[in-house]
Amino acid sequence: MLNKEINTILATDCGSTTTKAILIEKRNGEYRLIVRGEAPTTVEAPFEDVTRGVLNAIREVEELAGRKLLDGEKIIKPRRDEKTGTDIYISTSSAGGGLQMMVAGVVKTMTAESAARAALGAGAIVMETIASNDGRLTHEKIELIRKLRPDMILLSGGVDGGTVKHVVELAEVVGAADPRPRFGTGYSLPVIYAGNKDAVEAIKENLLKKTDLSVVDNLRPVLERENLEPARHEIHDLFMEHVMAHAPGYKKLMGWTDVSIMPTPGAVGLLIKAIADKEKICVIGVDIGGATTDIFSVFQNIFNRTVSANLGMSYSVSNVLAEAGVENIMRWVPFDVDKKGLRNKIKNKMIRPTTIPQTLKGLQLEQAIAREALRLAFLQHKSMAVGLKGVQQERTISDAFSQVATGESLVNMMVLDLLVGSGGALSHAPRRNQAALMLIDGFQPEGVTRLAVDSIFMMPQLGVLSTVHDKAATEVFDKDCLVRLGTCIAPVGKGKEKNVCVKVTMDEKTVEVKYRDMVLIPLGVGEKKEAIINPSKQFDVGAGRGKQLTIKVEGGVVGVIIDARGRPLEFLEDSEKRIESLMKWNKSLEMYP
Amino acid sequence: MAHAYTPGLKVTARSIVRKERRLPLKGKVIVKQQDSVSAEDIVATTSLPGDVEPLNLAGKLGIPPSDIKEYLLKKEGDSFEKGEMLAQTKGLFGLFKTLVKTPIKGTLENISYITGQLILRAPPKKVEIDAYIDGLIVEIIPDEGVVVETVATFVQGIFGIGGEAKGIIQKLVNNADDIIEKDMIKAEHQGKILIGGSFIDSVSLKHAAQCGVKGIVVGGIDDEDLRNFLGYDIGVAITGSEKIGVTLMITEGFGKMKMAQRTFDLLIAQQGKKASINGATQIRAGVLRPEIVIPLPGEKAEKSRTKSQGLEIGCPIRVIREPNFGAIGEVKELPPELQKIETEAKVRVLAVKLENGETVMLPRANVEMIEE
Repeated sequence: MLNKEINTILATDCGSTTTKAILIEKRNGEYRLIVRGEAPTTVEAPFEDVTRGVLNAIREVEELAGRKLLDGEKIIKPRRDEKTGTDIYISTSSAGGGLQMMVAGVVKTMTAESAARAALGAGAIVMETIASNDGRLTHEKIELIRKLRPDMILLSGGVDGGTVKHVVELAEVVGAADPRPRFGTGYSLPVIYAGNKDAVEAIKENLLKKTDLSVVDNLRPVLERENLEPARHEIHDLFMEHVMAHAPGYKKLMGWTDVSIMPTPGAVGLLIKAIADKEKICVIGVDIGGATTDIFSVFQNIFNRTVSANLGMSYSVSNVLAEAGVENIMRWVPFDVDKKGLRNKIKNKMIRPTTIPQTLKGLQLEQAIAREALRLAFLQHKSMAVGLKGVQQERTISDAFSQVATGESLVNMMVLDLLVGSGGALSHAPRRNQAALMLIDGFQPEGVTRLAVDSIFMMPQLGVLSTVHDKAATEVFDKDCLVRLGTCIAPVGKGKEKNVCVKVTMDEKTVEVKYRDMVLIPLGVGEKKEAIINPSKQFDVGAGRGKQLTIKVEGGVVGVIIDARGRPLEFLEDSEKRIESLMKWNKSLEMYP
Repeated sequence: MAHAYTPGLKVTARSIVRKERRLPLKGKVIVKQQDSVSAEDIVATTSLPGDVEPLNLAGKLGIPPSDIKEYLLKKEGDSFEKGEMLAQTKGLFGLFKTLVKTPIKGTLENISYITGQLILRAPPKKVEIDAYIDGLIVEIIPDEGVVVETVATFVQGIFGIGGEAKGIIQKLVNNADDIIEKDMIKAEHQGKILIGGSFIDSVSLKHAAQCGVKGIVVGGIDDEDLRNFLGYDIGVAITGSEKIGVTLMITEGFGKMKMAQRTFDLLIAQQGKKASINGATQIRAGVLRPEIVIPLPGEKAEKSRTKSQGLEIGCPIRVIREPNFGAIGEVKELPPELQKIETEAKVRVLAVKLENGETVMLPRANVEMIEE
């Protein structure tokens, strides 16, 4: 791109609930964030046009920056003068609520289940699983497919070389349904076939004319082995190409942007990878959205990304409850709450996903849910982020018995250097201390880990900007986007209440922290200090059990958090005592007013 | 969010309602443009291929798949009634024969000598779609369906379960904040759509389904009761296909929630009239909200009082989050600057005059416009 000429950059990110716009300008030789505006995303009725929300967000930027960017409903490009127009406009998007899929397989407990696993792993919500033997009448299956309007269908069935007929039957059902995509009518529904290779011709005969059919390797080539990756890759590709592009108003939006609209998770992933490469460190990044939670990691130089399409803070909030269970959410809530009331509150958020907590208790409740969403999404990530061996992700019968599969995860919390949080719940937490503790509780970092958040949730925009103007993206990222929270020191192990867990010496001052306590030591942004960390003999901070570790720790807006609650984190059964310890931790970390 | 748009739910006394009715696959439209139809009238019909039933014959007979030919008494394409002899082994000296009878009425579509499976297909099934609402056919979608139009009282809910149903509007409580009790629902309410106040529990819901009640419109329900009634937790809000005997539409939210007075008044004013209700909800991407349509034949549609142009001073709104959740009010002020709320978050706010006369400051995100 013509870097020289670019002085003003306007970028938006259309999230599932909010559309965020940022204005970047070159001032005194460097690129800085000037203002940020936001408006509700307008993919929903009655607007059904994503550009309404984009225009509203830009209008807010206009007001706040005192700059004219719109001429009616047109973005003024290129920049006319100091007060008018922008040089480029770029955008990312995750609106429309993620990916909703229907999967089909011949046998419910075999290929259909494998198909569901492939779709879930690719980040889809599996709306419905259809199988030849699921007990539904054919016309009911047809009706279901038409009614649900999935974004995509994954069809599988039969081992390679096995019977063809049943999977063809399923294709007939899909063909008979003549399925329509959720958004728009002008295009065919993407269908991925990942079944018996011998059936490919018959499948094509059935579906090629009626759907946008693509064929990938069988996800269950033999009964004893799954081969999910080809299907997952295809799901990702089609999602970008088709689903997003057909959400209401996107055609128009595509016409406005100077480069292709990038999917939000893709853009955030780019940035996370860039940080890891630049600093040569292990990084985990998380973006907790309304509908989905994305986790990115770089361990051993290998980048992994997972999308937990059913874990989020608004549209998917009820799913967090369903998956985590009421008890697991309540264990993070520092006050008594009746289960019935909690369930109602979560469901009310589900049906009115754009509301925000107005009371302190409401905020604490949402932050409790966020911790569980993070924890569950991270569990999914750990099982997916596996090394080269795991690329095959093949489960043989013997693997099933030995259960070694999860041990191969690349994710190693002890070697993790940096944990970056993004998304409304983390970026917009009224106090940064809240974001820090949510990250610690959700991910349970071990040893010494730096923490950061995306200040105002602009990693997506900067990710896409890095593809056209790396300098601007890097400068804004360093100065305006990444907020260094500080460092977490978390000894791994289990001790006895009131016994010393760890001693940390900084500037010749030693802090002793007892097991199950938390301490906050102020250390400002940009400050680095040597810390001599002496864990008790049951605990390890990275040098081995009971072994001293000397390391430079970095400060931030929060400081250095010593988390002596042990790993894995354990909760007290007694609810009164549990609330007491939550309140103690909250006080130590100056969490709430 | 200076230009906050918070789309509300439609609560209209007399508006034009159009409903598209489509077959699941191509078929025949059996009404004509300008035909006057009632909700139950079939507007289009089609035949679907019959259900497929696989039958593992080799397994049943205990023989290798390649051998099934020897014992099969029918060939591909043959039709049969349920219970006809399909295959039998010779047995030992003519004794201990294994018999396999046809499990369904239909035809033998396919025989696989590789797997030993038979594919049986039931006779074609007739699928019909009805008009759903009383009204006029204003558009024919060739081979697929129609569009029905009527002037109606139209109320959207926030959440529902159960599919389309029709019934007569029956007021069940006197006030918008009354609770539906089990004893209020009686045998005479069969075929009715009951208008409740603030709450219904799972016991009353089950009782209503047993009494043959077609639909219930009520302010709120506890999530726990919903789970008890359905037998499972709703994770993602995609509903409508539940087979539960009664369609439920929640107008306000979860918990005990007084039905908005205007909604309550509009609905009970139509006591005795025929209505169509649908609980189907799909919150993501806002595709679907539950609804009740009460056709008002011969009446004229009113012009919409609120245009979906966003919050303005004087707009009727509903508070959609604690505190004051469920309260109805009117926008008094829209200060442009951010304000700090109890959570310490800085957000755009608005001043709302509630029905009880109190004026409160609320985050703009926590109100919803009421479209009249």
